[in-house]
Amino acid sequence: MEEFVTLTIDDQEVKVKKGTTILEAAKQAGIDIPTLCFLKEINEVGDCRMCIVEVEGRRGFATSCIQKAEEGMIVHTHTPEVLEARHIILDLILSNHKIECLTCTRSGNCELQKLAQKFNVQKIEFPGEMSKHTIDDKSPSIVRDFNKCILCRRCIATCKNVQEIGAIDCIERGFESCISTTYDNSLNDVDCTFCGQCIEACPTGALHEKENIDDVWTKLKDPDTYVVVQTAPAVRVALGEEFDMPIGTNVKGKMVTALKRMGFDKVFDTNTGADLTIMEEANEFIERVQGEGVLPMITSCSPGWVRFAEKNYGDLLSHLSSCKSPHQMFGAVIKSYFAEKYGIDRNKICTVSVMPCIAKKYECSREEMEVDGARDVDYVITTRELSRMIKQANIDFNQLEDNEFDNPMGEASGAGAIFGTTGGVMEAAIRTAVDTLENKKIEAIEYQEVRGEKGIKEATLNVAGTEIKIAVVSGLANAKKMMEQIKEGKSPYHFIEIMACPGGCVMGGGQPIKDAKTRASVDVRKLRADSLYAIDEKSVIRKSHENPVMKQLYDEFFEKPGSHMAHKYLHTKYWEKPKYELEEG
Amino acid sequence: MKTIQQIEEIRKEKRAELDLRINTKSDTREKHILVCRGTGCTSSKSPKIIENFRKIIEEKGLTNVRVIQTGCFGLCAKGPIVIIRPEETFYAHVKPEDCEEIINSHILEGKKVERLLCKNMDGKLAEKLNELDFYKKQKRIALQNCGLIDPEEIDEYIAFDGYKAIEKVLTEMNQDQVIETILNSGLRGRGGAGFPTGRKWAFTKDAQSDQKYVVCNADEGDPGAFMDRSILEGDPHAVLEAMTIAGFAIGANQGYIYVRAEYPIAVQRLKIAIEQARQYGLLGDNILGSGFKFDIDIRLGAGAFVCGEETALLESIEGKRGQPRVKPPYPATCGLFGKPTLINNVETLANITKIILNGADWYAGIGTEKSKGTKVFALGGNVNNVGLVEVPMGTTLREIVYDIGGGIPNDRGFKAAQTGGPSGGCIPAEHLDTPIDYESLAEIGSMMGSGGLIVMDDTKCMVNLAKFYLEFTVAESCRKMYTM
Amino acid sequence: MEEKCVDQRVKQETKEILAKYPQEKDQLIMVLNEVQEKYGFIPKQAQIVISETLSIPMAEIYGVITFYSRFTLAPKGKYNISICLGTACYVKGSQKLLDRAKERLKIEPGQVTPDGKFSIDDVRCVGACGLAPVFMVNDEVYGNATVKEFDEIIDQYMNM
Repeated sequence: MEEFVTLTIDDQEVKVKKGTTILEAAKQAGIDIPTLCFLKEINEVGDCRMCIVEVEGRRGFATSCIQKAEEGMIVHTHTPEVLEARHIILDLILSNHKIECLTCTRSGNCELQKLAQKFNVQKIEFPGEMSKHTIDDKSPSIVRDFNKCILCRRCIATCKNVQEIGAIDCIERGFESCISTTYDNSLNDVDCTFCGQCIEACPTGALHEKENIDDVWTKLKDPDTYVVVQTAPAVRVALGEEFDMPIGTNVKGKMVTALKRMGFDKVFDTNTGADLTIMEEANEFIERVQGEGVLPMITSCSPGWVRFAEKNYGDLLSHLSSCKSPHQMFGAVIKSYFAEKYGIDRNKICTVSVMPCIAKKYECSREEMEVDGARDVDYVITTRELSRMIKQANIDFNQLEDNEFDNPMGEASGAGAIFGTTGGVMEAAIRTAVDTLENKKIEAIEYQEVRGEKGIKEATLNVAGTEIKIAVVSGLANAKKMMEQIKEGKSPYHFIEIMACPGGCVMGGGQPIKDAKTRASVDVRKLRADSLYAIDEKSVIRKSHENPVMKQLYDEFFEKPGSHMAHKYLHTKYWEKPKYELEEG
Repeated sequence: MKTIQQIEEIRKEKRAELDLRINTKSDTREKHILVCRGTGCTSSKSPKIIENFRKIIEEKGLTNVRVIQTGCFGLCAKGPIVIIRPEETFYAHVKPEDCEEIINSHILEGKKVERLLCKNMDGKLAEKLNELDFYKKQKRIALQNCGLIDPEEIDEYIAFDGYKAIEKVLTEMNQDQVIETILNSGLRGRGGAGFPTGRKWAFTKDAQSDQKYVVCNADEGDPGAFMDRSILEGDPHAVLEAMTIAGFAIGANQGYIYVRAEYPIAVQRLKIAIEQARQYGLLGDNILGSGFKFDIDIRLGAGAFVCGEETALLESIEGKRGQPRVKPPYPATCGLFGKPTLINNVETLANITKIILNGADWYAGIGTEKSKGTKVFALGGNVNNVGLVEVPMGTTLREIVYDIGGGIPNDRGFKAAQTGGPSGGCIPAEHLDTPIDYESLAEIGSMMGSGGLIVMDDTKCMVNLAKFYLEFTVAESCRKMYTM
Repeated sequence: MEEKCVDQRVKQETKEILAKYPQEKDQLIMVLNEVQEKYGFIPKQAQIVISETLSIPMAEIYGVITFYSRFTLAPKGKYNISICLGTACYVKGSQKLLDRAKERLKIEPGQVTPDGKFSIDDVRCVGACGLAPVFMVNDEVYGNATVKEFDEIIDQYMNM
């Protein structure tokens, strides 16, 4: 029997389940209480006290985000005293915040800015000494500007508790306290994986991606450069959010149009690259299963995960598939096959990837991601950066007509589309592997066991008389579990898909940032993922190996999966990397 | 492992042996030379004094003289202090080279060394400890054994009714009776806020859990406060015994003492005391054969003022930064490692055994209507008798500063007394006659705090002091919350 | 090469210290206290070993070290001068001693002189309030100190 309590909030009687917080109870009664440090299920600590309310008979204010509703409790959420106290708290927070809203990447999508508007803050009440920190922009992926940090610790909770990395924490004491890394190093030199989940958690502009917008504009302006763009599957189901469309809206057509208007010479679909990855990965898997290869094989298309593995499990790297990630493969194809076919000097091609990910920026900068001196991908921009570029170009995105990706490589299967969500790579790979192993076309191609929000999903398939155990994992905390299992020699699996971000690429660190309120009330992951599954469902071609582009690529260039040519362009290597690059001493 | 019987035998035997410690009329030929080994006197070379005494005694073959290290006598300004019992002669500012003269003159010839005696305010020499103005208005309950026993000898503690309270609790009382006794005594938390101790115990007892903890807060962080340290240095077993009683009362079998690593002597004595208590079976699986299980471990603090706050302290025991948690939930329901936890400070605990043995009414008879018992203060700053003072609640500030403290050096005027540490306040001269208890101090805008009491003469700048404290709080802030 | 040997030794010794405690996260401060005691600071290599053994991220360990004033990241001077800034000492003028120390040694609290001989700490209450104002040179306590006496004592150490 579920227990309930009845309380009164702002003269309104509310009945809620026992254990519900006052904040949640108020929400159920349609009463809004402002929050700042609160991030549902991730950071429920009551630090900032923005959510304070008055509880009759109790000394001082109660922090509604963590205090539980009790039977007969009488709560007031906006007495003059409460409002004044909240205002003072906000003033104190603002007293040490580098206020440069006009030039801040989070302007318009900043929870602190929204509160300042809500409270009608007209001046900075406490203009005293401010913290002065140098901006950390050493890494190719992420920029940390502590001067904008309000010490809410949402990033720490995400990094430490959700991802179980703990690259950042609160250091020092007193006024010197700040969020930083060991020895106050750059994120580039510590155990940070560049998953970017901290950016998604940050309410202000203290954390953001390292922008490559200007680099891309420069290339677009240069008449001698042939600029080719590709967009990841997860981008199309999130980009619309930056233009006030409902979460998960598929804006593929408008996105293609916008990219063309911005001046990209070719607009390709990374989904096609994903199909190519499946061709190679499925082949590699079959080879490993049929030969005496290292098992379980683990996917390698999430660069945050790869960096994590290289830093933490250097002795287990042979488990990782040697396949490059889809956009790297596709970049290599553009600068080889495509350049040759269309007679374009590959040195004049600039490849740009629009990704839901900030680790992809790091990935494309990795030394080995080039063939014969040509970088596979020159620049990676995030979904957010693309939205900014569209706004810069003064394009009225919502009014755009739809367009299709460019040919000859514009065709992609539904399997490529679902790469953008957790379980998608596995499902796509299985569709191809099963057909190959069984040597026939299987009709039942939706693998529900690997779909959904769970951090670890597993299934056992019976393929051509062989039992194949698979696991789908998202989030680095779960990845750690899988790796420890392998380390102990107890992994029962043949094939594991691992994505660094919980929920997969749709929830990547480069995706539109949802504020705490949205995250608390909407399942963002599901909305975006459902949209990708809908694309798959509507696709005529739903298996990578049935994509005619694949046939064309292998016939004309790569010969067959796993060939010498394929290895030259589509595969890579991994190296054990030091967890920390600290100075001596 | 000792039985109740065996402990009682030790008590009887040892008590007879140590009678001269408290019986000034004792006709024994024995002499006990007590030398303060508190932090203050230790800093001014009291270990060397002990060494010298022992050497001389050995050289002279004196078999009736013993040298004993004790905890703090209280009058730190006069340190290093040596007391000779049974006659209770109080020697101040003793130097290692004075030992010879003390032995020759006092012990061998029966002539006191006058130059080492203290003068009272009226200019007369005080020959005995209780003739000193400093001690006249004091009442020692928490500090009872400080300066009386060797804190490194469990038998000396047992001699003066040590471990009698736990025996009484385990053989005659149930949990509720223990809590009721504490409740009725009126004892309130000595850490600052003054929450009724019995209620805290009752809350923690009522919390349902398979595991509970007792935590002793010995993270004395207020600058200028050293009450708790002195108790730990002078009478560590009193704290261990009280924690065991608390464990019984609330249903816990594990205790932690969170003590500053900056208190090396206190830490060392606690370690010794815990080891001795374990050997006697006064800590462990089957205390005094009662079947009750309780043990205590030490956790070291590492210098953070905020860890004196109880939830910050819990975080620190868990090995983290000492950042306070939001309350509620209170530690009584969700404390250390998420389990119900009773947190009391050292001085609070030091009162427990006496309350159990003498009864709630006895304790409630001391002090004022709402503040019962005594309070220990670390009296410091511009006052003659800097030291450790224990007075009944309700004693006025004037009595403490002038009668006990001996007034202000160089006949300067009194400007203010600071109580309650950085979050407390400064009490100006107009409130000198305020009786010191929780309510009166709060009424005049200060607070009891843990017991630091710093006197400032009329040359001191209050603005400077305010700046000093603000800088302190800025530096010590955990910067976790914007407001409290 | 020599550096590496030192690193290896620190790692080995830290492992020995860790072995004395249960391998639980809550032991961190106890372990750090012992490491601090042993080396006079907490070496980076020790932190790495502690991080691996107790499964605590390096950033968290660094956060704990920098939170507690007893823990330091660099060795102190041969003679570490701690000046008590507890209220009792402050009221009796210990700030003047600190100012004098900074002036003479030309370093701030927490710093070490270039020759490694001296360092200064401003500490909160060393517990010898009866002797205020108090300062310490390593473990040696000096009470009731005037600036002149302070100077003389520093002179002695300078010539040592």
